[in-house]
Order: sequence, then C-alpha cells, then structure tokens
Amino acid sequence: MARKLLLTHIDVPGIHTFEVYRQKGGYRAVEKALKTLTPEEVVEEVKKSGLRGRGGAGFPTGMKWSFLAKPEGVPRYLVCNADESEPGTFKDRYLMTHIPHALIEGMIVSSYALGANTSYIYVRGEMMPQIRILERAIAEAKNAGLLGKNILGTGYDLEVYVQPGGGAYICGEETALLESLEGKRGNPRIKPPFPAVSGLYNCPTVVNNVESIAATVPIINDGGEEYAKIGIERSTGTKLISAGGNLNKPGVYEIELGLPVEEFIYSDAYCGGIANGKRLKAVVAGGSSVPILPANLILKTLKGEPRLMTYESLADGGFQSGTMLGSGGFIAYDEDQCIVRNTWNFTRFYHHESCGQCSPCREGTGWMEKVLHKIEHGHGSFSDIDLLVDVAKKIEGNTICPLGDAAAWPVASAIRHFRDEFEWHVTNGQEAQARNYGLAHYADPLEPVI
Amino acid sequence: MLSVKQNEPLEFTEEMLGKFAEIVTRYPEGRQKSALLPILHEVQANYGWLSVPAMDRVAAYLQLEAIEVYEVATFYTMYFLQPQGKYALEVCRTGPCCLVGAERIMKHIEERLGVKEGEVTSDGLFSWRGVECLAACGYGPVLQIGPEYTFYENLTEAGVDKLIDELKEKASANGQSPIANG
Ligand SMILES: Cc1cc2nc3c(=O)[nH]c(=O)nc-3n(C[C@H](O)[C@H](O)[C@H](O)COP(=O)(O)O)c2cc1C
Ligand code: SF4
Ligand code: FES
Repeated sequence: MARKLLLTHIDVPGIHTFEVYRQKGGYRAVEKALKTLTPEEVVEEVKKSGLRGRGGAGFPTGMKWSFLAKPEGVPRYLVCNADESEPGTFKDRYLMTHIPHALIEGMIVSSYALGANTSYIYVRGEMMPQIRILERAIAEAKNAGLLGKNILGTGYDLEVYVQPGGGAYICGEETALLESLEGKRGNPRIKPPFPAVSGLYNCPTVVNNVESIAATVPIINDGGEEYAKIGIERSTGTKLISAGGNLNKPGVYEIELGLPVEEFIYSDAYCGGIANGKRLKAVVAGGSSVPILPANLILKTLKGEPRLMTYESLADGGFQSGTMLGSGGFIAYDEDQCIVRNTWNFTRFYHHESCGQCSPCREGTGWMEKVLHKIEHGHGSFSDIDLLVDVAKKIEGNTICPLGDAAAWPVASAIRHFRDEFEWHVTNGQEAQARNYGLAHYADPLEPVI
Repeated sequence: MLSVKQNEPLEFTEEMLGKFAEIVTRYPEGRQKSALLPILHEVQANYGWLSVPAMDRVAAYLQLEAIEVYEVATFYTMYFLQPQGKYALEVCRTGPCCLVGAERIMKHIEERLGVKEGEVTSDGLFSWRGVECLAACGYGPVLQIGPEYTFYENLTEAGVDKLIDELKEKASANGQSPIANG
C-alpha cells in the first residue's frame, strides 16, 4: 500500500474540524517545532527532506528558505500561494476543502522557521467557500492558542490572514501575487530583486504553494530523513496529483513519487483506466503549461524505459520527447479528442490571461489564438503551422515572467508530436468540422507502434 | 467598460463599513491599499456589480485615487463593471472541462435562458458567461454562482434545467426585485 502523508485521514468524518484533526495527531508538528527546535533546525529538516516546490517549478523548498534575507528590524513574510488556476490542477482546492488544518499547521511551522509574525494565504477569489473554510480553521486554531500571541507559551507570535484574489491566472506567478496582495493589478515584477530580498511591502518574503507548506507537517513529525526515503533520486516524498479528462476515476490522488505512469492511469488503485472503454491518445502530465505527449511517449521514454511520476523521469528526453511534472495536473485525452481544438483552447486561455506587459506574450498569444482558430475551423494553410512554430519560438524566453513560455510550450509540443493532425485539418478542412482525426498512429499499450 | 449608472444606495451601510474596518486591520499601518480587492468583493456582494460611484466611495474610504480602484477593477475578471442577472452563472470553458462536455453545457444554458453570453434575461434574473479553469477539472463540467460562489459539479443538461428552475422558484419565493438589475 502506498504511503500517504497529506491525505492520511481524508476519509475520517469531521476531519475538517479542529477537534477531529487534533484527535488524529494534528498540530503535533507545531508543538515539536516551537518547543523543541530552533527556526534554523526546522529549515535544516526541510532541507534534508529534499522537498521541492509543489507549485510547478520544483525548486527545493529548504534552499529557498535559506535564501531569505534577514536584515535587522525589518519584518519577514510568508505568503502561501493558493491561487491554483493552472488548467488541470485542482489539488490545493481539494486539500483546503477537506483538511484545512493541514495548511494552517504548515503555515505555523513554516512561519516559525522563517521568523515571520504575519503571514498571508492568497486564495483565488473564486474559491469563496474555501476562504470561509480557512477563516474558520484559523479562528479555531487561534481559540486553541495555536495562533496569536505567545503560541503555546513559547513567546512566538503569529497572525495568519486569508486574502482573496480577483480572478486572474497570472496572480499565481509569485511576484504578480505580491502585487495583487498589495492591492494592485497583477503585473509580474522584473527580477531581481527576488522576493527573498524584496517581496511583500518591499520586505523579505517567501512564497510557497499550499502543498509545499502542508508537506512541512509530516517532515517535522517524522524528520526530513524519513521523508527523503520515499521517492526516487531528487524526487522525494509524496505528491498530490490532480487527475482529470477522460478517466474512469478522475480526482486527487496522493502518490509516492516514482509510481509508474502506466500504473497511475490504469490501476484501480488510481485512475482505473480510460473512461467509456476508449483508448488513450495523449496526456498533459503537469498542468496545461507543460508539453503534451502522445500515449506511447507518456508510458515509455524514447529509450523504452517505463515513464515514472518523478521530476526526472517525466523530463527524460527534454522537450523532444519528454515533458514535466509541473503542478501535477494530469489530463488524459481519449481517442476522440481533437488535439488542434485543445491547443486552440489553451492558447485562448493564455491570451486571455496575459497581463499584457511584454509584447511577445501579449501579441504572440493573440496571434497564435487566431491562427489556431483558423486551422481548427478549416481555413488554415500549411504555412500557418510553421507560423505557429515560429511565433512560439519568439515568445519563449523573451518575456518578463514564465507565462510566455507556458503559452508557447503547449503549441510547440502539440505540433511536434501531432503535426499530421494539424496537416489533416488543413487538407480536410470540411471533414474536420464533422469528425475528429481519431487515434491515428498514437498508440496506447494495446497497439504499440515503436 | 466602466458605468456611472448607479442603482445602489448612496452610502455604504454600517454593516459594510464594519466589515471594511475589520479587513483593513489585516495589513500593516499605511498598507490599507491591500484591502482593496477584498473590499471590492464586499461591495459587489452587496450591490451585484461595481458602479463608478461605488468605486469612488471605496477610493475615498481607503484614501486612494479613484484611478487606483478603476485599474484594479478592470484587471480582474471577477469584478462586474455592468449590472448582471440576480444569478450570474459562470461555466468553466477551459480545456479539461471541454473534454467532458463544457461546450455542450454552455450551449444548453444559452438556449434555455434565451440570452447570449454576457446578456441579462428580461426578468433580470439570469446572466451567464464562460470563465477559465476553476480548479475542479476532475469534476467537470462545473459552474459557480456569486456572491457566495456556490459550486456545481459534474453538470448535465438535466441538472442545469433543475438548477435554473430552483433559482426561479427561490427568486419568486423571496418576492424581491433583483438588486443587480439596472
Ligand atoms: C503564470 C504562472 C502561474 C502560476 N500559478 C501558480 C499557482 O496557481 N500556484 C502556485 O503555487 N504556483 C504557481 N506558479 C508558480 C509560482 O510563481 C511560484 O513558483 C510558486 O508559488 C512557489 O512555490 P513552491 O516553491 O512551493 O512551488 C505560477 C507561475 C506562473 C509563471
Ligand atoms: S510574459 Fe505575459 S503574463 Fe508574464 S509579464 Fe509578460 S505579458 Fe505579463
Ligand atoms: S478546466 Fe474546468 S475546472 Fe479546470
């Protein structure tokens, strides 16, 4: 049986309440950290755990924490990124809905480690129900003396506030998030300076994803070394995967990193295979921003090794034949799905969500959306396909924040792996309106072609 | 587009002001601008949308220039700059939800309500629009309704019909005219 660290008690009735959470051993990590460890020792445990940021970039959390500047007399902030807007990703919403205290406990442990006395949880505004849940959890914890002044008599003070966003994907980018938290438009900042030096209100700030912060709880309870025993190589611990699309059992799963992708898709312990008896055509493994892969390449690397759910294995083959773990938003496409239409939809999304500061992103996403719309609706030409590749290349790496790359990669990878489907839309414009291209040569395990 | 049309009371109520005051305490001295997004949500929850006069009063309350409020209200998609239906249905239209039928659901809502995306039904009760991924992709198609952002998952056409009927009944039981309707 796979080990669970975050969702251990997910099925316990009332686990969203303070009482039940506490009965199940909740807030032990706060007691242990505040009463027996120095902040530096907490940082050290997180470093030992090998935990990597769960928001998408996978940057080692302990290392990020150790970069935090500590000038005398200047407050430091921890800001939790609960903006969760990357298409395909819904794990943070799940965790906050069902086990809100796991996040609050993680906030206390992490704030203590960083020396923050005020911390914010920036939740996307659409998650109003989750905002209410978190506010209630904070009130409960405060009532029990786990927040506020002189927590558990240790002399440590902490207030945690929930901040609603206003509906903007870009506010998931950490500097846009900080701008938004300051009451401004969500325009990403030019870096440097990095938030670790000048973040919220120009003070040293750490921004971490919900899941990263919640993961500090088992790390402190069991020790960083225990945590690091789970997983493979530099992919340690467990990860929440949001599984959506054409699966028999979509939902949020906590996996041990290292699980084979094939087992994740087909095993009854996880997604239970493709819905309606259909076959797998493609997968986006880490949220809409990461390269899409055809079924054969997601199940096995180009070298023929089984693909594993780890940062390294999913990236094997680089952008030619690999992808990324990203935020763990796992989207499965069955044989009836149209890759061109999906690419158009994603590009429309990025165009809509571009903050507009950099011309390659603002203009390029709009341009790609128009060209894809043309191809999808049967009016495209072969040169349009090359134009898309060209525009994507010109956006990539030429923008203030990574949204530009995030918009370029889905287009570039869809054309790289599914070029014949784009060409079919060009040569069979009429037919493409009436039916989908289908599975073509993209094989699932029933019919391997390479 | 901003609208100066005003159909809400001329002053914030005591209750609203109390809530605003609590929100401002969450930030350090002099950083009250941070309260802008949460306060705009409060205003919209009470009035249904954000008129220019309402935003001007928020600016005055937070000691900001009016433009600082407008530029925020126009950046974020949740803020309505025009009156909406009493029930503003927001359906996720992003890729993963489209794999499981979101486009069909939007078409059905359009037909059922008889208004295009962004328009308000003649009785003032409903408006609808497509929005981007709502972080519920495993339970699609999904829709939400403000101001509490009540959430509906695994939508079917029949489920949408039932929801619309229920909301109509609720509105006529309450018997009040929809405040959001300009
Ligand atoms: C366009 C864009 C959107 C992002 N959205 C999110 C998000 O919704 N949640 C999140 O945790 N990180 C998001 N990130 C990553 C954050 O910038 C940041 O790396 C992350 O919050 C750091 O936390 P972690 O180290 O714990 O992962 C996004 C990045 C970009 C460029
Ligand atoms: S890359 Fe796009 S979203 Fe990011 S700062 Fe530039 S315009 Fe804004
Ligand atoms: S795509 Fe609809 S909720 Fe994510």
